[in-house]
Amino acid sequence: MVSLIRKLGHRGLNLVQEAGSMMLFLLEGLALTFLPPFRPRRILQEIQLIGVKSTLIILLTAAFTGMVLALQGYYTLRKYGSEGALGSAVALSLIREMGPVLTGIMVSARAGSAVTAEIGIMRITEQLDALDTMAVNPMQYVVMPKLIAGLIAVPLLTAIFDVTGILGGYLVGVVLLGVSSGSYFAGMVQSVVPLDINGGIVKSLVFGLTIILVACYKGYYTRHGAEGVSQATNQTVVLSAVLVLAWDYVLTSFFM
Amino acid sequence: MIELIDLHKSFNGQKVLDGINLTIPTGKITVVIGKSGVGKSVLLKHIIGLLKPDQGQILVDGVDIATLRGRSLRDFKKHFAVLFQGGALFDSLNVFENIAFPLREKTSLPEAEIAQRVRLRLEQMHLASEVETKFPDELSGGMKKRVALARAMIQEPEIILFDEPVTGLDPPMTNTVFHLIQQTHRASGYTALVVAHDIPEVFTIADQVAMLHRGRIIAQGTPAEIQSHPDPMVQSFIKGEVDFLEG
Repeated sequence: MVSLIRKLGHRGLNLVQEAGSMMLFLLEGLALTFLPPFRPRRILQEIQLIGVKSTLIILLTAAFTGMVLALQGYYTLRKYGSEGALGSAVALSLIREMGPVLTGIMVSARAGSAVTAEIGIMRITEQLDALDTMAVNPMQYVVMPKLIAGLIAVPLLTAIFDVTGILGGYLVGVVLLGVSSGSYFAGMVQSVVPLDINGGIVKSLVFGLTIILVACYKGYYTRHGAEGVSQATNQTVVLSAVLVLAWDYVLTSFFM
Repeated sequence: MIELIDLHKSFNGQKVLDGINLTIPTGKITVVIGKSGVGKSVLLKHIIGLLKPDQGQILVDGVDIATLRGRSLRDFKKHFAVLFQGGALFDSLNVFENIAFPLREKTSLPEAEIAQRVRLRLEQMHLASEVETKFPDELSGGMKKRVALARAMIQEPEIILFDEPVTGLDPPMTNTVFHLIQQTHRASGYTALVVAHDIPEVFTIADQVAMLHRGRIIAQGTPAEIQSHPDPMVQSFIKGEVDFLEG
């Protein structure tokens, strides 16, 4: 019993230590944004890798999410004769929750794992040390552009998700199930308020930063060769997905 | 001149460096030998500032680099270059971009000048111009080492550190890389520290040899002095005796 408590205690202390270390890592990465060289080309490259290359998976996920929301929503609303509210239901679900959260999880799985693997391999093959010995700050060259790219790309991907999901819902609700096109969009316009959109944007910013921070941190401190990279990649996907969900609850309770 | 004075370093309670005292003379090639895992790379990483000692001093022309921080440490690193064991070439850049990297990052030279310098180094390393556009994963081990050496030399550093430069290479390529180190050293006169365990090939390039064993320098001298050193540990290592490796 005592050893179990001791183990739990050690685990708790390690978690707190890692959280603190991650915050310092984040602060250093963001602070370097304001110091030259500013590396706009590197940031654009990272936006392409994190954002552009995630677009297809976001489009697919969004389309099917919107379609399923419409399908489920239609049959539920029909029981109460409220099919006309389908547009509101789909739009609010996407903009408030599904858009930011599913975008975050997809980006974590696709781009987060790739970032961790890239930086982890740079670590184990001494490329980060090579940068350091050339007096190039590895945090500024490798990490900072990714953090900024995450902050820019994830909200944009969330917006793409929302629009695509709404169109997917339109396809099922209006085209296939016969809901009035006018009531679909009118309901949406009436229900969606700036607070919903702002909330979605804030969530996507927080999620983007969290995912890329975890991905960079896990890669930067990778140890033990290829197995270490594999473990770090796995931890990135799991941890960033859990943090996205946790942050979602915190931010939702703040906005409600 | 580089001086290591009473250097100590432990990892998780295990002593790796236990009072290292070593002088690396300016303009000479110093080779540090020792069995695998004895701490040669750890020693090298202290000199380039990647690790900080628990105790002791690392003096480079009288300046203790262990006390340097921020801008002063960055300025100090401009005098150094490192050839890492695996080359440490940047995967996402091709050969040309790898070699040009230090010049693009640290100088404001025009691209034409950079290209000229890169091609000169490639020629010096006996690498064909077609190699320029290849990426590191398309290169053989020997080519990677030569590209890494070209990158290390591109800014004409005063000090170059070589971390096991021929590990994993076949005998002809081993001789090629050592020959290139010797050739570039004669042309540039840089101070070199070579960490290696490739005996006797490494003796052909060394002005001075030091042997690291159990955290200390147990022998130091010219290659001839080391080869005739009375310490049985030194003799066992040079001869590659099995009981030494298990000790």
